Amino acid sequence: MPSVRFRLNGAEMEIDADPDRSLLDILRGQIGMTGPHFGCGAGECGACNVIIGDRAVSACDTPLWSVAGKDVTTLEGLGTSERPHPLQRAFIAEQALQCGYCVSGILISAAALLKRNPSPTSREVKEALDRNLCRCGSHNRMVRAVLRAAEEMAPG
Amino acid sequence: MNQPAPAPTPPKLPVSLAANPKLSSWLKISSNGQVTVSPGKVEIGQGIVTALAQIAADELNIDLSRVQMIRASTASSPNEGVTSGSLSIQQSGRALRHACAEVRRIFLQQAAERLGVDIEALDIEDGTISGPGNVRTSYWELAEEVSLDRDAMLGVTPKIASRRALAGNSIQRIDIPDKVLGRPRFIHDQALAGMLHGRMLRPENARAKLTELKEDGARTVAGLVAIVRDGSFAGVVSETEHGAEAALNALRKGASWSDGEPLPDESDLASFLKAQPSESTIIDKKTAASPGTAARTIRRQYTRPYIAHASIAPSCAMAQWNGDRVHVWTHSQGVYLLRADLALVLKLPVENITVEHMEGAGCYGHNAADDVALDAVLLAKAASGRPVRVQWSRQGEMSDAPFGAAMAVEIEVDLDAQGEIIDWRHSIWSNGHAARPGRAAQPALLAGFELADPFPRTISTNPPQANGGGGDRNSIPLYDFPSWHIESHRLTTMPIRTSALRTLGGQGNVFAIESILDEIAAERGEDPIAFRLRHLRDERAKDVIRAVAARAKWKPEKRPGIGHGIGFARYKNTGAYCAAIAEIEGAEEVSVRKLTLAVDVGEAINPDGVINQIEGGAIQATSWVLKERVRFDRQRITSTSWTEYPILRFSEVPDVEVEVIQRPDIDPVGAGEAAHGPVTAAIANAVFDALGVRVRDLPITRDRIIAAMEFTS
Repeated sequence: MPSVRFRLNGAEMEIDADPDRSLLDILRGQIGMTGPHFGCGAGECGACNVIIGDRAVSACDTPLWSVAGKDVTTLEGLGTSERPHPLQRAFIAEQALQCGYCVSGILISAAALLKRNPSPTSREVKEALDRNLCRCGSHNRMVRAVLRAAEEMAPG
Repeated sequence: MNQPAPAPTPPKLPVSLAANPKLSSWLKISSNGQVTVSPGKVEIGQGIVTALAQIAADELNIDLSRVQMIRASTASSPNEGVTSGSLSIQQSGRALRHACAEVRRIFLQQAAERLGVDIEALDIEDGTISGPGNVRTSYWELAEEVSLDRDAMLGVTPKIASRRALAGNSIQRIDIPDKVLGRPRFIHDQALAGMLHGRMLRPENARAKLTELKEDGARTVAGLVAIVRDGSFAGVVSETEHGAEAALNALRKGASWSDGEPLPDESDLASFLKAQPSESTIIDKKTAASPGTAARTIRRQYTRPYIAHASIAPSCAMAQWNGDRVHVWTHSQGVYLLRADLALVLKLPVENITVEHMEGAGCYGHNAADDVALDAVLLAKAASGRPVRVQWSRQGEMSDAPFGAAMAVEIEVDLDAQGEIIDWRHSIWSNGHAARPGRAAQPALLAGFELADPFPRTISTNPPQANGGGGDRNSIPLYDFPSWHIESHRLTTMPIRTSALRTLGGQGNVFAIESILDEIAAERGEDPIAFRLRHLRDERAKDVIRAVAARAKWKPEKRPGIGHGIGFARYKNTGAYCAAIAEIEGAEEVSVRKLTLAVDVGEAINPDGVINQIEGGAIQATSWVLKERVRFDRQRITSTSWTEYPILRFSEVPDVEVEVIQRPDIDPVGAGEAAHGPVTAAIANAVFDALGVRVRDLPITRDRIIAAMEFTS
């Protein structure tokens, strides 16, 4: 079995697995992560989003081989209970979810957005999240939370 | 309206408490300073556990952080039936409030005896009981000597509203930190020791039968533990999830199916619904004291399509056998009800089955949670005592789970010479809106219909009117029309499986009632809000309409391409009052720019939770109205992915403003389903305001608007 090396949340990983398997399957099934969620398996809902390099990508239709040598960030890599990411704090402050199943992918898309655009407008946040589906109707709270986090992260 | 009610002295126990009177089944106080609370209702993404924790902490005079909420399980929880119908605050909340009030009194009595102080002189602060002369004890000190293994009694009075410290405050939900930090909280994220993975093989064509299954291909897939087949029920069990997927793909290639059963014509649902055999019920009749003379009659037909639950997560369950006993983990809305159906299928006594709740993704009614639980139980039989986790595919979730029922509603109104309504006739054609498990002599679970020795397919029925009805929900007008006749025709055939989806028939009926009212008001040249207020007698109803009108600055100036519309309902005619004003923009394609809502749920335990529910309901309803429709050809459901079943996206979501009318002295009711009907009607009425056409068939898509324009011109 060939092995694939990449960095996962800053740590070097070497995975022995069929390189055609999906990254989501490796993250959840092999590594045991619970941040990325399975929603559709077809890259249509965003529940499994991870950051590869600097882009939010659905892990369910990303083959393992394609992340060789790259940086992969999951929800677990954004922040911890002790040191949550400003986005995580903002989502708590805004109570920006109902069921929360989609929220991990949404936090990832938002984190990727804030990296390339630290002070987005509300419209830009909506555009960045447009490939993430939320069924409970928490969209507006999530947009508010992302703007709140951006404000908090702004220098000075 | 606003006079405070006297402290309530309930003449009987709250329903849930009467059914489960033992206090210790609701809460336990331990000497380590913790209180565990076990409601029978479950978290389905609506924030209920936080609101219930607030109620308990309030009534016990303790800090919220001391409360630990226990997930419902048939092993120990009170049986509160199903978490549905926006009833959890009403049922579980009242029961807990009463039980906690009684527990507080029991501890105070014990403290009074021990301290030799009159009970009336004692105070409680965060569980510490103190009295004159600086005497003190606490719940925690007394925990060992007080038994709660006793039945709740009448005559206990919960605190009056003004004495509650937590209820009425927007406390942060206790489940949210886990969810934003990626800590395992969903059933999907649980890994039991030795767990195997199962996947289901199901046909594409509706109700096709498995005629042949060649297993050789699947047998060669690494990690395969078992292939399970019983009639048309088939699935695989594997050591790994990807192994299960691979085995399923191989097995699918070896499967041959019968043609299945024909589906109706999706382009003419009304004709289909009206042509089916049905059971007719007169829902309500009102006769005028002095009938007026009809100058003319208008008749309108409204339809809504089948609507999918379309939860973001596919349904998931785990099961583990130990001899002839089985433990099931599920995101079902009713652990006891699921257990009852499992017992019927397995032909086991209920005592052999434990059903434990774990959170799933947002649940909007009877989805596939119960079905997948039986799948897991049946596959786990082949797992030699190891737990098996089964997760449905997106395609299965979109095609095999029950749908919200399609409806045709016809309203006929007699108007007198002045254009006033003198008679109102409302007829509904629809499949039943409920086929939940645990309610009948036969199981209602999908796999049960597929076994070699199958159970008959459940035909959906409607809950009784006392519970809010089903297809007929919200069909009786709250308006003061002099006479009416409401009739419901429930189909007795069911080619497409339907069951409870948020509001049951409420959305369709409110859409119809509020649309035709809008049309009548417009024809009279009367403002639609003034028209509604003139026909309402209930002050709480009028208050939400007046509040939403004020908030939205009704009626905003007319601008080209922009329209405003209103919708109102009291959910189930007994629950939350909600009025909505929609602002839409569009020509052939419509976008909803803003929704303004006012809601009255009585006492709002967690106002931000209420706003979150109303906001969510409003956005979900917008999605239903603008986009959603289960698609099918004559053989199979075709809307099996997000591409074929689109829902509202971030860029399409309207701004939503919610005003909560707080009524601390009125018993609380739920908020989860209050917005759907009013928002649906408000959008449809705004479309008319903007474009001058009435679209009476949901969803309001570009094609439907063009068709309505052609029809009008």
